Amino acid sequence: MKDLLWLIPALPLASATLLILGGRLMSPRIVAALGVGSVGAAAICVLLTVLQWQGAPLESQLWTWMQVGELSAGVSFYVDGLTLVMLSVITGVGFLIHLYSAEFMAGDESYARYFAYLNLFVTAMLTLVMADNLLLLFFGWEGVGACSYLLIGFWHFDAANGAAARKAFIVTRAGDAAMALGLFLLFAEFGTLDIQAMSAAAGERWEVGNPTAVLATALLLGGAVGKSAQLPLHTWLPDAMAGPTPVSALIHAATMVTAGVYLVARTHELFLLAPPTLLAVAIIGLLTLLLAAFAALCQHDIKRILAWSTISQIGYMFLGLGVGAWGASVFHLMTHAFFKALLFLAAGAIIHCLHHEHDIRNMGGLRTRLPLVFISFLIGAAALSALPLTSGFYSKDLIVLAAFEAPVAGPWLWAGAVLGAFLTALYSFRLVFVVFFGRTNTLPDRQPGPGMATPLAVLCAFALVGGWLGVPVSNVFPEAETGHAALWVEVISIGVPLLGLGLAWLLFLGRGLDAGDLVASPPGQALYGFWHAGWRVDGLYDWLWVKPYMGLAALLRSEPVDRLYGAVVGLCRLLHRALSNSQTGRLRQYGTVMVVGVIVLLNIVWRAAG
Amino acid sequence: MVYLLLILFLGGGLAWLSERWHPQAPRWVALGAVSFALLYLAVAVMRLPAEHFSLLPAATQPDTWLAHTRLEWIPRFGIRFELALDGLSLTLVALTLLLGLIALSSSWSEIDQHSGFFQANLLWSLTGVVGVFMALDLFLFFVFYEVMLVPMYLLIAIWGHEGRAYASMKFFIFTQASGLLMLVSIVVLAYQHAQVSGSYSFSYFDLLGSPLDSSLGFWVMLGFFLAFTVKLPGFPFHTWLPDAHTQAPTAGSVLLAGILLKTGAYGLLRFTIPLFPEASLEFAPIAMALGAAGIIYGAVLAFAQSDFKRLVAYSSVSHMGFVLLGLYAWNSIAVQGAIVQMVAHGLSTAALFMVAGSLQQRMHTRDMSRMGGLWLNAPRMGACALFFTMASLGLPGLGNFVAEFLVLLGLFQVAPRVAVVAALGLVTGAIYSLIMLQRSFQGPGDPERAVPDYGGREMATMLLMIALLIWLGVYPQALLDLTQPTVDSLLSEAGS
Repeated sequence: MKDLLWLIPALPLASATLLILGGRLMSPRIVAALGVGSVGAAAICVLLTVLQWQGAPLESQLWTWMQVGELSAGVSFYVDGLTLVMLSVITGVGFLIHLYSAEFMAGDESYARYFAYLNLFVTAMLTLVMADNLLLLFFGWEGVGACSYLLIGFWHFDAANGAAARKAFIVTRAGDAAMALGLFLLFAEFGTLDIQAMSAAAGERWEVGNPTAVLATALLLGGAVGKSAQLPLHTWLPDAMAGPTPVSALIHAATMVTAGVYLVARTHELFLLAPPTLLAVAIIGLLTLLLAAFAALCQHDIKRILAWSTISQIGYMFLGLGVGAWGASVFHLMTHAFFKALLFLAAGAIIHCLHHEHDIRNMGGLRTRLPLVFISFLIGAAALSALPLTSGFYSKDLIVLAAFEAPVAGPWLWAGAVLGAFLTALYSFRLVFVVFFGRTNTLPDRQPGPGMATPLAVLCAFALVGGWLGVPVSNVFPEAETGHAALWVEVISIGVPLLGLGLAWLLFLGRGLDAGDLVASPPGQALYGFWHAGWRVDGLYDWLWVKPYMGLAALLRSEPVDRLYGAVVGLCRLLHRALSNSQTGRLRQYGTVMVVGVIVLLNIVWRAAG
Repeated sequence: MVYLLLILFLGGGLAWLSERWHPQAPRWVALGAVSFALLYLAVAVMRLPAEHFSLLPAATQPDTWLAHTRLEWIPRFGIRFELALDGLSLTLVALTLLLGLIALSSSWSEIDQHSGFFQANLLWSLTGVVGVFMALDLFLFFVFYEVMLVPMYLLIAIWGHEGRAYASMKFFIFTQASGLLMLVSIVVLAYQHAQVSGSYSFSYFDLLGSPLDSSLGFWVMLGFFLAFTVKLPGFPFHTWLPDAHTQAPTAGSVLLAGILLKTGAYGLLRFTIPLFPEASLEFAPIAMALGAAGIIYGAVLAFAQSDFKRLVAYSSVSHMGFVLLGLYAWNSIAVQGAIVQMVAHGLSTAALFMVAGSLQQRMHTRDMSRMGGLWLNAPRMGACALFFTMASLGLPGLGNFVAEFLVLLGLFQVAPRVAVVAALGLVTGAIYSLIMLQRSFQGPGDPERAVPDYGGREMATMLLMIALLIWLGVYPQALLDLTQPTVDSLLSEAGS
């Protein structure tokens, strides 16, 4: 199987190439078969690899990419347990989303372009997780960024979508620039970009807390927070919902945004040598998960709620990474991919059946009208809230308990995570109650067809029982110390989501409390507006970055450097005018000038001689 | 090699004459001449033994070069007609001929007045550039440097757009004035050499390592540096470029951006640094500062433009900043990055200028506020623009990424702070590139607008460049292997 690893990214790449070159000539049926089939075939390859896997990492070198001086980076793959988890998620969930797209996007005039971009994305993402060196990883990293840009702005005839796409690309690029610097620094230290060689060398060369290690991991973290939409580079993700909904499910929920988590997990040996960075990872994760949960509570666009919830859930993964619960984070990455893809696809089904309605205030009572979507959403929300026995429960519980046992500030991290879990249940079930219960505001004009229903059903199953699957990463990460937390910690961790669910019941089903009254009160109004605008971070960045850059551009627009050369030209013209004015044609004047000139010259000669 | 120059030069003359015979004949003659030159080069290279490519082209042994010709020209001053070819020259000559073809294709239907003289100027300019990349006698180098200049001036001045008189004059004066500095430097260098060795020589091989008083050396180096940095163009000597590019006909812009700028980079790499290693080392911080400033300044100004061509022109200033940085970082990785950047930028920018030219031909404007939503009318053109925008902002998998990555990686080893500033270029580059795409091809459009999409000839040209950039992006090793001996030899010549 090792020799066929290259097929996994090559299949979607081949399909993308065909679609780009000949997509216009193909019928939609062929386009869909190619686009969906190639990812399905890649998924089968992954499945075969998993079945034959013996536990040892697989390595495969295709060709030398760049070899100059000390630098030697190949197009070569390294597949271990961590990679296999990622591969399974990308191709498995990816296949379901492709399948769903075939129906969801039917009738779009750029059907082939859509599948070409989506396949290209899958290729880049697969390369990212399979790369054995940081340069190839960066290739995939930037590739997914570009595809994300293309897909957010897929309907680019609307200028707002273009703006959202640019924002996503540029904000993540800022993180990528930091990551590139991290690569340069690591190369300067170790003379290689090979991840395994570098990890081994770091262990020998660096003691724990080495300043270079801290700096290098901090730079890598810069890239990770950009791609994974964590503070302070999270602002692009809510806007990224401008793309088609399956894109949000695949890229902006299940796969690409977890790339930062993957990067930190992949280079965990470096991060372990830099405790300050690791603590920063945990704090960033905690702050992000809380901030995003509050913001999610105050949105009314169904996709934006899910987007903020994605930011929040990735915050949990970062928290897990920061406290050394590597396996738990990767586990949560996988279960999150299941239930968040499910939620997005269900939301897409609602939007599809409700004439592109996004606002949950215009929905309601859909429980009986769209039963399959209701069940999907219910399961998804339960898993997202980590209600016991769902997939999200197993993974999130591990992270929350690990946070409690963190060496630094453990109980605080735990308390934050528990508060976040409460908020998660609150906003998840707010969504369920507002959309599916109460009065019917808009009637659906169709039901999801089999192409959309099948992926929903499969993802429902995974979101429910995905927690029983393990992640085979015990050989990848250091052994976690599993102490048993006190009983009260366990009980609170498990019970809090139920409290959130209960409060949502009271608030949004009109059982005693009314959410409307709360929001209408002056402090409620202010807070609602503040959280609705995502803590006004966008406004801050506008003032901090965008306006100064526009101002600088406006200032330099007239090219100040050219004024310098303009001055030279002006001087020449001045002399030219002065001299041509002296050409008067009057003999007397010429004579005078000549005599004066002769006297001056004689004087100079005489002085020089004397 | 002499034949290569003759084919192009005579081809130019023939193209001019052929206009009398038929108004469409010149372009076919020109196409034939460039194709023949390319074929000639390919066959000549093919016949070289493979192991020849791994030899270090040493200054003292002409036979370690891929090809070498030496004819007496003005023996009294030791001036010879000396040409030599190594991996670096070969790469750039091949790029020149290739972009010559692309320039021909881009102006295929654009020029309808004096087409014979147009094609002649195009070919003569190519002759000059090819000569520049092969000449190893400094006097001969200067001659070729001027030969490429005059036809380019005429191309802009005769076939340019509305502001052509100002732009062509500015172009000519900037390059001519800086060329004069180089001539003075060359003469001083040769004179100094004659003082020490007793005989005049302008040969690169003789002048390399010729001892030079350090303060004098600095000034002579500065003469070379200024000449090449104006050409590159480096900040703050770049102001001729936006005007020249904007006003030039498409073929002129393609040649200007694609290869004329590279003669500046080539000059720095081949002459300035190896001839004056100490002075260059001393000067490197300033050169690097100029390079980093150029990257950011060019990117901000590109963002501020509303003229499509001007935007691309300023993006060149930004990209050439990377070349300057790579050269003055002066280690194997960074220099290789600069060389890859020369090739990749040549292709990607030439393609963007072609897109700009096609838009101007179809819409009679370069103003992006009058564009928007063109994807609707011309999806194939839009896809090409998208591809080259992605190349220009340094997307991995395409040549420009390899270049910028290597430059920054090499630079970081010697000047991490400059590398941090230059890395900002990754962000600013994305800003102007995406804005350009948005204002021209994306956004709301008018489906009724008459903008014909690309036809077969244009698509073939574009696909050729797309294929080359992808090849350069996923397998740059072929190019790196070709130029590595030259880089090694230059590095050892000048010390690191």
